[in-house]
Amino acid sequence: MSPAPAKRNTKLMSRFELTTRLVSKLKHEEAVIGGIGNSNFDLWNAGRRQQNFYMLGSMGLTAPIALGVALAQPQRRVFALEGDGSILMQLGSLATIAALKPRNLTIIVWDNGLYQITGSQPTATAGAADVVEIARGAGIAQSAWASDEEDFERLVEQTLNGDGPWFIAARIDGKAPTAQTPREPVSIKDAFMRGVGTKPA
Amino acid sequence: MPIPSWHEAVIQAFKDNDVRLIVYVPDNVLRPLIDAVTADDFFTAFVATREEEAVGIVCGAAMAGLRGIVLMQTSGFATLANVLASLAVAAQIPALLMISERGTLGDFQIAQAIVCRTMRPVLESLGMEHHTMTRLDEAHFIVDRTIKQAYKTQAPAALILSPLLTAQRASS
Repeated sequence: MSPAPAKRNTKLMSRFELTTRLVSKLKHEEAVIGGIGNSNFDLWNAGRRQQNFYMLGSMGLTAPIALGVALAQPQRRVFALEGDGSILMQLGSLATIAALKPRNLTIIVWDNGLYQITGSQPTATAGAADVVEIARGAGIAQSAWASDEEDFERLVEQTLNGDGPWFIAARIDGKAPTAQTPREPVSIKDAFMRGVGTKPA
Repeated sequence: MPIPSWHEAVIQAFKDNDVRLIVYVPDNVLRPLIDAVTADDFFTAFVATREEEAVGIVCGAAMAGLRGIVLMQTSGFATLANVLASLAVAAQIPALLMISERGTLGDFQIAQAIVCRTMRPVLESLGMEHHTMTRLDEAHFIVDRTIKQAYKTQAPAALILSPLLTAQRASS
């Protein structure tokens, strides 16, 4: 018998609270790519930052977009905030990231085992699939479950002080965000580009 | 001076426009271009697992100041309608695509032939600028001008490599 997956021993946390804790640690204009739906809504609710990019479509592409930013600006740390349903759509991107080894890239997956925004249908992670084991198997050696809020903060501190790529997953509850990001893709892109210095202020 | 091959003309246009990031899903016709950019330190070139992933990477890089292009074949383009509509077109990101046109002018694979017919209608539906490259003497001009327009107008664009340009090879 293999041991029970580590995710079963982790605390069920709040996506908004963890997002807020992450953002409070970002002091060096780190870029954050918020995945489609609740991942970017809670990033929006955690406070305005010019270095945030909010995805309004292209489900599954948070990590690839973040990888592109990380390759373009190797001196800037980049975070991808993704849901479990989204990352399951683009598992190959984890293998690409593992192959390229971007030192400045961290992928964070909020895992509630649900396609929450479409009616809370179960994802594969509600059953046997374990996204940390998948990331590790793809070749991202520095992959871990956050066991509680303090452990999440410790893992984030590691990513801010060491070489990636990193993969952090947190089990979260099914609570919906209090507000949603405005659906203005061009404004979002322009603000992000000003935030990362590629468009004049 | 020797006449350059199509891939040399393409590489020169990439260099002239500072397109340094090449993300590809392999294709036999594209092989000389892939081999050349991989061997050239000017470029960061690597393989993605899916074309959609590659477009995401190139969009992220474009927003952060690194110009990139996705190389793929026709069947790969057929997987891209959603990412082009909801990311590159919606947010006005100059994602560049180069598509090796398969399924036409003698291709023996019926699957390629059917999917090929969807390519231009999809590009038209998205309102995307696209040009088909058929002649070596036009190759640099088309790539160069398409890249410039994409960046000046903040819009994605597609370059289609016809078998007329790529030496009428259409196997594997």
